[in-house]
Amino acid sequence: MHQLLQQIFSGLASGAIYASLALALVMIYRATDLVNFAQGEMAMFSTYIAWTLVNADVPFWAAFAVTLAASFAAGMAIERIVIRPVESSPVLAAVVVTIGLLLILNASAGWIYSYTLQEFPSPFPDRPVFGALMTTRDLGVIAVTLVMLAMLAAFFRFTATGLAMRAAAQNPESARLCGIRVGRMLAIGWGMAAAIGATAGIMVAPVLFLDPNMMSGVLLYAFTAALLGGITSPTGAVVGGLIVGVTENVVGTYLIASQLKLTVALVLIILVLVFRPNGLFGTAIVRRV
Amino acid sequence: MAPILELRGVKAFYGQSEVLHGIDVAVEDGGMTVLLGANGAGKTTTLRAICGMVRTEGEIAFAGMRLDRRPTEAIAALGIAHVPEGRGTFAGLTVEENLRLGAYLRASNATAGMQRMYGYFPILADRRRQQAGALSGGEQQMLAIARALMMTPRLLVLDEPSFGLAPRVVEGIFAIVERIRKEEHVSVLLVEQNAVLALALADRAYLIETGYVVAAGSAKALAADPQIRRSYLGY
Repeated sequence: MHQLLQQIFSGLASGAIYASLALALVMIYRATDLVNFAQGEMAMFSTYIAWTLVNADVPFWAAFAVTLAASFAAGMAIERIVIRPVESSPVLAAVVVTIGLLLILNASAGWIYSYTLQEFPSPFPDRPVFGALMTTRDLGVIAVTLVMLAMLAAFFRFTATGLAMRAAAQNPESARLCGIRVGRMLAIGWGMAAAIGATAGIMVAPVLFLDPNMMSGVLLYAFTAALLGGITSPTGAVVGGLIVGVTENVVGTYLIASQLKLTVALVLIILVLVFRPNGLFGTAIVRRV
Repeated sequence: MAPILELRGVKAFYGQSEVLHGIDVAVEDGGMTVLLGANGAGKTTTLRAICGMVRTEGEIAFAGMRLDRRPTEAIAALGIAHVPEGRGTFAGLTVEENLRLGAYLRASNATAGMQRMYGYFPILADRRRQQAGALSGGEQQMLAIARALMMTPRLLVLDEPSFGLAPRVVEGIFAIVERIRKEEHVSVLLVEQNAVLALALADRAYLIETGYVVAAGSAKALAADPQIRRSYLGY
């Protein structure tokens, strides 16, 4: 029983990381109807930036803040430079562009930083808490995710820019008629997604060790989480992430060899698509004609 | 009075095909101009041309400024509020959020503006927390007009506000538009199928057919024209 609880709680911690990356996917999907296959590699690249800063003796949280800012700028630049030209093309063209971006980022990271595993420090101490059910590190990761979600929710709900971003995603033409610069909103969305992804990368690196392929598995779990949550719902992404994290951990411990854990994600994707294509939180918008 | 909006020799294109062949249209400052014509004549395209939503040639002037070649959001910022065909409400957002978006460029006085709109359209106050998509057609049209007015525009562009609505609802909406035009000194450019109603309210009218202006003049003169009466007024 104790072991099961332990597995569930450590599943919540990895689930929080999947949730963050899923959140980034959902942001871009909502803004542009596009699944960004490069989201994981963008996060990986951001993590290398943080790693470089930490190695240069920058304090951890300062490095974290600088990385987030740099990722935000890079995300905006990516939208401007490679996504905007294919904006009005069929969605497949844009998807292929994100796959190209994935390959470019992966190869450049390997070229710049090599494919050797690097140790990455965790900002949280590693002490058991709650009768050894969890570690303080798990708690820290979960707390970071929840704070980020709360900040995002507040941003979209209470700020004029957040509202304008939602409007631009829903009805770009009407948004323009309200004087909203839709292109800029999309760029901000990409920037925010990149910063959220960077957080996920920085949180997962102490566990997985840093290397250019670090995020490939995480991205698959994040896709599953986003899909489970309904692909358009930020709350859904977080709940989906936690469910995927726990399921993967428990199934990997009790039912199948842990080397086969990734199959859990694939099975979940198929189950969601067959039985509940709208996910848990994906609601169709009410429309009366 | 000088016109606040003037189109001179405006052509519009969808891809390679020319759909407006050089039209002249004007809206008097504080006045109401109506565009009449059959479906597909180019009325909606004329409105879209003004707001930079189609490729155009020719000259479009608004309050002494050239509009052509400006992006849509910049034209909105100059003081033109456009309620597009199909109303263009944000269906997934609440009534209040829709109104706040109308004040996006003038965020400072959003609350006061909202109160004013609830005065014109009390039903929207009751529905303020509901998703716009759940409103009835008439309520959505009111919301679309209210959102446009939140911009405190100098020119209100309305594309078939009566579309799909019951006659009594239409009359109510037009009565409010007329009241707002006088109280807030907003000029109005209107596309409308209901020619009887539109000609009764407007001061200028244009008849558009297959991309050409085929008749223009005061609304009274057009209403008296026997051919227009037969084709568009039905008596």
